[in-house]
Amino acid sequence: MSETKPLRLLRNVNAKLAAIPMVLTALVVFVGGTVWTVFYSFTDSKLLPKMKFVGFAQYDRLWHNSRWLISIENLAILGTLSLVLTISLGFILAVLMDQKIRFEDTFRSIMLFPFALSFIVTGLVWQWILNPDFGIQSVIRSIGWTTFEFNPLNNPSLVLYGLLIAGLWQGTGFVMCLMLAGLRGIDEDIWKAARVDGIPTWKTYIFVVIPMMRPVFITTLVIAAAGVIKLYDLVVAQTSGGPGNASQVPAMYVYDYMFQAQNLGQGFAASTMMLVTVLIVLIPWAYLEFGSKKHG
Amino acid sequence: MKNWKLAAGLLLSVALPGSAMATDLEVTHWWTSGGEAAAVAELAKAFDADGQDHWVDGAIAGGGGTARPIMISRITGGDPMGATQFNHGQQAKELVEAGLMLDLTDVAEANHWKDVIYPPSLLDSCTLDGKIYCAPVNIHSPEWLWLSNKAYEKAGIPVPKDWNEFVASAPALEAAGIIPLALGNQPWQSNLAFGAITVAVGGLDLWKKINVSKDMDAAAGPDMAKVFEAAANARKLAAKSTVQDWNQATNLVITGQAGGQIMGDWAQGEFAVANQVAGKDYTCLPGLGLNEYLSTGGDAFYFPKLKDADKEAAQKRLAALLVSPEVQVAFNLKKGSLPIRGDVNLDAANDCMKKGLKILASGNLVPSGDMVWSADVQKQAEDLMVEFWKTDMAPADAQAKWVEILKTGL
Amino acid sequence: MVDATNPRGAKPKPRFSGRNIMLYGTLIVICMYYILPLWVMVMTSTKGMPEIRLGNIFSPPVEITFQPWVKAWAEACTGLNCDGLSRGFFNSVRILIPSVILSIAVASVNGYALVNWRFKGSDIFFTILIFGSFIPYQVMLYPMVIILRELGIYGTLWGLVLVHTIFGMPILTLLFRNYFSSLPEELFKAARVDGAGFWGIFFKIMVPMSLPIFVVALILQVTGIWNDFLFGVVFTKPDTYPMTVQLNNIVNSVQGIKEYNVNMAATLLTGLVPLVIYFISGKLFVRGIAAGAVKG
Repeated sequence: MSETKPLRLLRNVNAKLAAIPMVLTALVVFVGGTVWTVFYSFTDSKLLPKMKFVGFAQYDRLWHNSRWLISIENLAILGTLSLVLTISLGFILAVLMDQKIRFEDTFRSIMLFPFALSFIVTGLVWQWILNPDFGIQSVIRSIGWTTFEFNPLNNPSLVLYGLLIAGLWQGTGFVMCLMLAGLRGIDEDIWKAARVDGIPTWKTYIFVVIPMMRPVFITTLVIAAAGVIKLYDLVVAQTSGGPGNASQVPAMYVYDYMFQAQNLGQGFAASTMMLVTVLIVLIPWAYLEFGSKKHG
Repeated sequence: MKNWKLAAGLLLSVALPGSAMATDLEVTHWWTSGGEAAAVAELAKAFDADGQDHWVDGAIAGGGGTARPIMISRITGGDPMGATQFNHGQQAKELVEAGLMLDLTDVAEANHWKDVIYPPSLLDSCTLDGKIYCAPVNIHSPEWLWLSNKAYEKAGIPVPKDWNEFVASAPALEAAGIIPLALGNQPWQSNLAFGAITVAVGGLDLWKKINVSKDMDAAAGPDMAKVFEAAANARKLAAKSTVQDWNQATNLVITGQAGGQIMGDWAQGEFAVANQVAGKDYTCLPGLGLNEYLSTGGDAFYFPKLKDADKEAAQKRLAALLVSPEVQVAFNLKKGSLPIRGDVNLDAANDCMKKGLKILASGNLVPSGDMVWSADVQKQAEDLMVEFWKTDMAPADAQAKWVEILKTGL
Repeated sequence: MVDATNPRGAKPKPRFSGRNIMLYGTLIVICMYYILPLWVMVMTSTKGMPEIRLGNIFSPPVEITFQPWVKAWAEACTGLNCDGLSRGFFNSVRILIPSVILSIAVASVNGYALVNWRFKGSDIFFTILIFGSFIPYQVMLYPMVIILRELGIYGTLWGLVLVHTIFGMPILTLLFRNYFSSLPEELFKAARVDGAGFWGIFFKIMVPMSLPIFVVALILQVTGIWNDFLFGVVFTKPDTYPMTVQLNNIVNSVQGIKEYNVNMAATLLTGLVPLVIYFISGKLFVRGIAAGAVKG
């Protein structure tokens, strides 16, 4: 036994050495870092991590903090709206693009280019377009409609829609591409059969194509949901979380309390809650994905 | 090895003229507005003047809220700068406790800081266990009302003399298409405005009772409720103000688009850059004209421990320089803040600064929020205040939340 | 991967049918939404400030000026440093090149080891990596600060390079793993019989056969790293700020009056690199994002 073990370890030694960066990343950063953060979220760490345990006190405070509650509410609203809109608009765009149109590449290039830009750039551009003194509002007022109001970024009840307009601009083209790939993956025979049966095109899309594209929809949903939870740059650039706290998101709370308020424990508790949110999205997906593989 | 280094050093010192041997010291701060940048330039000029040092500017834009995290994570992350700005008070306390900051006691003794720095509370907030860890550079008081004479001229009414008159004048300003109160969106600005209104409406005693004696009954009491009512009234005056930065808000006052702004005395730097004359183009009311006092907030420089002995010597030279009379005058005139020593000549100061000096001399002083509360409490209060100012949150609700926040800092 | 082959919509119709007018009309209106911000950026950045105050943001400049571009590139100030965005540009380049090379090198070797040199537990590490890609970065932010501090590279360029390599690893490893597993296994077996080792097979067979996927990875990483904001903020200092962070600083720190034309020129300059890559790479970009997104 003592002779075979070193031999087994030495087999494929180059491959094992080459995999060290991956193993370290997986264990030290992803597992280690996550465990570390969750662990210290139960401490009273201020500026520096300290092993002074306070139980669930950080979580108790977090869920009584009005800025955090607003952030969570915003996340729920933004998440729902952006998921519904990106997926439905992305699908509709993909269907339009799938109608044997000319200049398909041009149309696609135009719809997709914002995806190459950073959220910082996206946020700043839309901040400018939505600027009440120079942007859309002022332009429409200058052509005669002097009472026209469109100032979402300075109105607490509309600011999320301002973010949404920018977010959709950046992301729908990407979803459209995923959906289009999904549409093109559907067998031509399905269409032929539908035509033979005299089923109208729109009915075929809704009752035949969409159910067949379920995996694409789910993937898109998971990617978009994970993206919304991480949302940070866009808000920083476009609204800085304002007016008031009206466009705050969890990622900003984490950053502010970890680094500005010098309250690491609170920041760790908030980031742990973000992790929990991701798990809520991820676990059902993983269950569906791997569960279905086992069965078929 | 040691000899080799010595020899190399000698060779270099022969080969190069003295000035090229300058010790670089990176200094981080968040002074990026026009007036602030001009004041920093004075510091840099003075530091470079001795020929053996060089100021490497590490300005971080976006205000203290953005800058402090970067500074702190660099210090705790093992990549310290040569010197860094913090506000007087508790912001760097844990860094000092963790032994990351340079002890400046010898510099302070050699330059008699204990005798010259006024008020003494400034040096106290730099002191931990009898040792001194920071060099204060200025005193800033946040509780000023800045008024645009131009705006009042346009509205055809006299410039108010205190906060109550200002509130009364608001309808006339609005009728003339002027925003009564300019207020930037950044959270700390809402908190600052609230603090100023607390002193103006609630009085100095109430402020001290809550913030110094930490009397939570007073914080939840009826006198404070009146302050919240007053702030709720003031937020209506700022409803049309949509700018982000404090200096953009000041710019609204400078151009007469807004009637007034509650802002610290650093706003003077912006007026100066725009060639505005105190008393003629603008009016300043310390303590909002109701309770004339100064809180002794302000800026101090801390010096992270470095391994390099040359750099440490340069750090100490910079510390001594910051407190020296010449630098104090040059810097504070540009910055619009008050010097940290009473023995300097500030005849060149403008009207507003002279008002501040008079109050300083009279001893009507209180500690600043940064001195009495932790960064954690300050941040929570900012979060609450920015929500309160920008929504229609009921004053009573806000007060209840505010008391809860203060309690986390007890 | 599903490739975009032929459109499969309903039967083709005559060119000028009502349906076509509706279809192209809709697509053109949608494209306006996508192009509008780009148009506004270009127009605003080529106007003088007086014209911006008077005119509307959509109208072309009466008098074209490139002064805002010059100012944004070389003169805009943060504090005492008035060298504009140029410093950020060069920082981004200096961050980008080593990060892209290192992350692709590590991930391609990972993918190769995962497909051809499986060892006990290799799939577990891969699963951790994939789950790790969904963990919000905020959770691992502070542990990462500690790791870099312990390595003594916190605040340096190499620290940020390491961060990009680590957080880019999941998606790139997945990309390479999927590609390598689609290559015929006989090639690998034949090479082994000939006595080629781990590195020999990798460099002589795998890499030459996989150039397209390297290009896809390159596009993915260049745009991703160029657009990063959060890591740039947390792991660098003002001297080494990447372009996105500096852009946000320049636009959101004002000395005197806000110069919208300079801001828009700065925004465009920052977006230019990914835009150029996007328009040059064309379909490969689409393939890259779709490959990165659709798992399995």
